[in-house]
Parts: sequence; structure tokens; C-alpha cells
Amino acid sequence: MIKFILKKIGKLIGLLAAISILSFVLISYSPVDPVRSYIGAEIARISPEQQKNIEAYWGLDQSKPQQFLQWAKAVAQGNLGNSLIYRKPVSEIIIERFTASLALMGLAWLFSGVLGFFLGILGGMNEGSTLDRFIKTYCFILASTPAFWLGLLLLMFFASYLGWFPVGLASPAGILSEEVSFVDKINHLILPVLTLSIVGVAGIALHTREKLVEVLNSEFIRFARAKGESGMKLLWRHGLRNISLPAISLHFASFGELFGGAVLTEQVFSYPGLGQAVVKAGLGGDVPLLLGITLFSVVFIFFGNFMADLLYVAIDPRMKIKTVND
Amino acid sequence: MSSMEKTPLSETKEMQPLLKVRDFSLAFPQYENGFQETYIQVIRDFELSIYPGEIVAVVGSSGSGKSLLADSILGILPENAKTGGKIYFEGTRLTKRRQEQLRGNAISLIPQSVKALDPLMKTGKQVQSIVRDKKAKKRIQREAFQKLGLPANTDKKYPFELSGGMARRVLIATAMASEARLIIADEPTPGLDKKTLREILQNIKQLSENNRGIMFITHDIHAALKIADKIAVFYGGETLEIARKEDFSGDGENLRHPYTKALWRALPENDFKALKGNQPEAGRVPKGCVFEPRCPIATDFCKKNKPKSEIINNGMVRCFYA
Repeated sequence: MIKFILKKIGKLIGLLAAISILSFVLISYSPVDPVRSYIGAEIARISPEQQKNIEAYWGLDQSKPQQFLQWAKAVAQGNLGNSLIYRKPVSEIIIERFTASLALMGLAWLFSGVLGFFLGILGGMNEGSTLDRFIKTYCFILASTPAFWLGLLLLMFFASYLGWFPVGLASPAGILSEEVSFVDKINHLILPVLTLSIVGVAGIALHTREKLVEVLNSEFIRFARAKGESGMKLLWRHGLRNISLPAISLHFASFGELFGGAVLTEQVFSYPGLGQAVVKAGLGGDVPLLLGITLFSVVFIFFGNFMADLLYVAIDPRMKIKTVND
Repeated sequence: MSSMEKTPLSETKEMQPLLKVRDFSLAFPQYENGFQETYIQVIRDFELSIYPGEIVAVVGSSGSGKSLLADSILGILPENAKTGGKIYFEGTRLTKRRQEQLRGNAISLIPQSVKALDPLMKTGKQVQSIVRDKKAKKRIQREAFQKLGLPANTDKKYPFELSGGMARRVLIATAMASEARLIIADEPTPGLDKKTLREILQNIKQLSENNRGIMFITHDIHAALKIADKIAVFYGGETLEIARKEDFSGDGENLRHPYTKALWRALPENDFKALKGNQPEAGRVPKGCVFEPRCPIATDFCKKNKPKSEIINNGMVRCFYA
């Protein structure tokens, strides 16, 4: 087990190194000019000499590999630099923003998982029925629905037309952060969470349905029925056990899509999370923040996949023996 | 039908049969050109009787619908299956409801594939699930494992940790642990080495002690002859002949049906001569005798008329020239 975890951590380090190089190369060839984005509109009032001075101060006159090494060294020491648009350390922003996103993504992850699993079971148990076809169609439509579009629809209907929920942000405007109540926070969370949950349902539901159909047609279900087991007991003893593990691991492995969905959803709802920060960083040419969030998202997605693998090893008896023999 | 009722097989013995199948047929719907629904006949005119303590082998080549036969008796066919004819268990008609009550209790299955074990459940627990008496289930399972020569710690193992022969024995243990009076063994011996095959056959024979009846479905006529009392020959979805084990001897002169004779002669220790052709596919069965296209003694009469089952020399046969 320890060997397995160490191996995975080694892989993460390799992955991080590769992603840093790749994103650094991409950014250094992009038209983003750090000096320009740092100074902003005042750029016209600064002489070319002064610009050169700032570039030299930041090390932009050095060669690209040298720049990378300098940045990588700082990152390895835990220093992600300062954000150009927020004027704060990148790590601080990531922690702050991620905490906000965590509520959104965590809830959406939970809801979509439970709902998707449930719908998948309903469909799989009634394969070919009207209910099954309805669930399938619903999932296919969802799977091809962009999160931002659904978010806009919900916003139009529930916030604008019905006026049930606020239009955006994580708390009411014009109120001190100490005065924001828990209810306010929940109220602002509902629509974004709903958007992300609805979009996340399709994958898990279709997968669970497919897996359940496969399991129900398997030899061991036939044998269990021949042994006199039936109905819910049969599903509980042999069905759920065999479909829940793949479903859970699939759901953990979907952290990437979750993050991608959060980026769009937060943008639509002006929700001050990590997703919104990454869009701002990209548009504002905030290189340190952009790179910082990129690396963070790699760790986040890796963590999801790692949890999926770990669950398999911890729960599935077949995997246990294999790793012991490794 | 009339000839059959004159001397039904069941009345040749005094005892009441455990299982009696009469004119059983099975069909599945098939959709041609989209929406036209037709039924594809998989089993027809099937008949069989099994008495307590008796092993009856149902021998047929692959694709003859043997496994569906097992599912039909247990009542675990797919929902869209259409059945006809009658199945009696201990003299009473088997209805869907009765099948639900009996399977796992009075009727038990030994499945064909070791995949029939749930991959995520320990074997002991899987065998115990057939025992209705909750207090005794552990003891009964242990006894069954012991009788079948399975190591004591087998019950704590997962199916993937067992060898093929052991997994097969676990499946047999399930039938042994049950209180079944009828056991349907659905091809329990595919792909086994000689020694394991012999042991498994011995295990199945063991099951027939305690007056249990066994329906032994197989394509291996050797295996059938080793343990069965009677052999039903299944071809193209029909029973062509039910012969006693002793009839399979010499040149097969005691056998009644040309197909059974051909099977017997095709064995390596006999003439080793195989019959040309294949059995008809389900849904493409000839109008007359099902064996007519391959039969060496067929006439025009066989092409147009379907032979009924008759009792000849204490065995059942479906042939005009038997």
C-alpha cells in the first residue's frame, strides 16, 4: 500500500514538472506582456527606459530557460509569486478562492453523484421501459448541454423571472462580510450548485445504468436468481456491490470536468471562486496567478484520480491481492 | 399425441416422477424489417421424466438450447420468452408462482460457468445464501465443502482466488447445501482436465444419493454415460430419443433413433465416423422430421410428416422407422 502511494506521488511530481514546462512555454509565447498588465492604463505615461528597468528587475531580459528555472525554483520553495491584478500572494488567493469554490464544487459533486447513481439504477433496473428511455434521453441532452448555457437559463428563470434567488455573487452586495448570514450564503449557492449538479448527472447516470444492465445479465445474477433470490435483496446483495465501486471511482475521476464546469458556472453567476479567478487571470494577463491556478488544478484533479485508484485498492478484494503480489 | 398417451413413459414405473415435462416449447420474439414481430422457436416437443434418485443426461450439441431448458424449469427465462406445454414437479403443475417458491428450495441449479459466482462475495457466503435455516447455514456449508474435498479455508476466499476445479466444486456445494430434490446441472464439466473431470462427475453422482433427481445437461456423451441412468438426446430443440445407459453398447443396435446411433458411432472408440452437416438453426427447422436433412434412412414421408414420440423397447423415440 505504501509503495503504491509513493509510486503515485512520484507520478504527481513528474506530472507537475511536465505541466509547468508546458504552461510556461505556452505563456511565454503568448502575446501577454507582464509589464503592460502590471502597469495597466498608465502605460502611456511611462518611458521606454523605465519599462526596460522594470523588465530587468523582473528578470525578463534573461533567456527563457533561465526565466523558467528561476520561477521553478521559487515554486519549489512554495513561493508562487504575487498576483498582478489582486496585488496579493498567489497562494493566498488560491486558498481564499478555493474555499469558496469548494462549497460549490463539493455540493455539486455530491448531488450529481447521488442523483446520477439513483437515476442510473432506475434506468438499469427497468431496461427498455419508458422510464429508462426517458432517463437516457434526459442524460443525452444533458451530456451535450454546456454548463454556462444551462446556468443562463436557470438564471433567467429562477433569478430574473421568478426572483427566487439572487442574480450573482456569493453574498448580497453592499453588506460587510461580517454581516453576511449563513442563509445568504446558501441562497447565493443554490443556482450555481444546481447548474453544476444537473450537468454532472449525465455521465454517472449513463455509466451506472450501463453497468447495472451488464451486471443484471451476468451469470452470477442468473445463478443468484436460481438460488431463489429476487427483487431488492438480489439488487442489494449482488447488484449494488458490483456497480457502486466503478461508479464511485468514475465520480472521483470526474474532478477535471467538475473544475471545468465550475470555471464556466462561476463566470455566469459572478461567483468569486477559483474558476472566476482563472478567467480573470487569463484575460488580465496575470501570469503568476494563471500559472499558480494551473498547477493547483493539476494537483486537484490528480487528487481525484488518486482517490479513485485508492478506493479500488482499498475495497476491491481482487485489487488487494494484486498489489500485495507486486 | 395419441400414440404417446397409449403408453406414457411415466407409467412404465410405479413411482411418481419428480419432474415431468410434456410437449414443452419455447420461443422468443424476433423483429424482422423493423417492426414485424415473429417468434423464433428454440425448443419444441420436448419431453422428459426424472424419478427420484435418478440421473438423466440431456445430451445435445452446442446451440441446441440446452441451457434455456434449465432456465425454463427454474422459471428464470427472460420476460419476453413464450413457453408452451406442461411441466410437472412431483405431480403438480409448475406455475410461475410455484417456480418462484421452489427454486433454491426444492429445485437447485449447478450453472455452467464459474462466472456464476459473484466476484465480490466470499464463496462461503454465496453457498450459505441457499440455506433457508439461518442458524444452520454455516454448518451445512462447511459440511458440503468437506464432502467435496474443498480445503477448510475456501469459504473465506473470493472466487478469483480459486482454481477452476475448486470454483466448480463450490457451485456443486451450493446444490449440496440446498434441500433440493431436483438438481439441474447445466454443463458442469466444460474444459476440465481428465482428473478433475472424473472427480467432478463423482461429486455429481454423490448428489444423487439421498434420492435426489438430477438433470445433467451436457454435450459430452462420455461424461453422460459415466454417471447417467438415462440419456435424452436433444437435437434442434427436440428430444429425439430417451435411452437407458445400457442401450449404448456394441454397434448401437439397441439404440432407436438414427441420430443417436450416429452419435454413438462417431465416438473415437467406436467407428469414429462423424455425420455430415449441422443441426438446423433455431427458426430454420424443417417441416417434417427435424433430423430428416441429415438422416441416412430418411424418405419423402419424413420430409412432410413429423414423427410423434413412441415407446419402443422401454425407451422413447421420435422416428417413423425406429
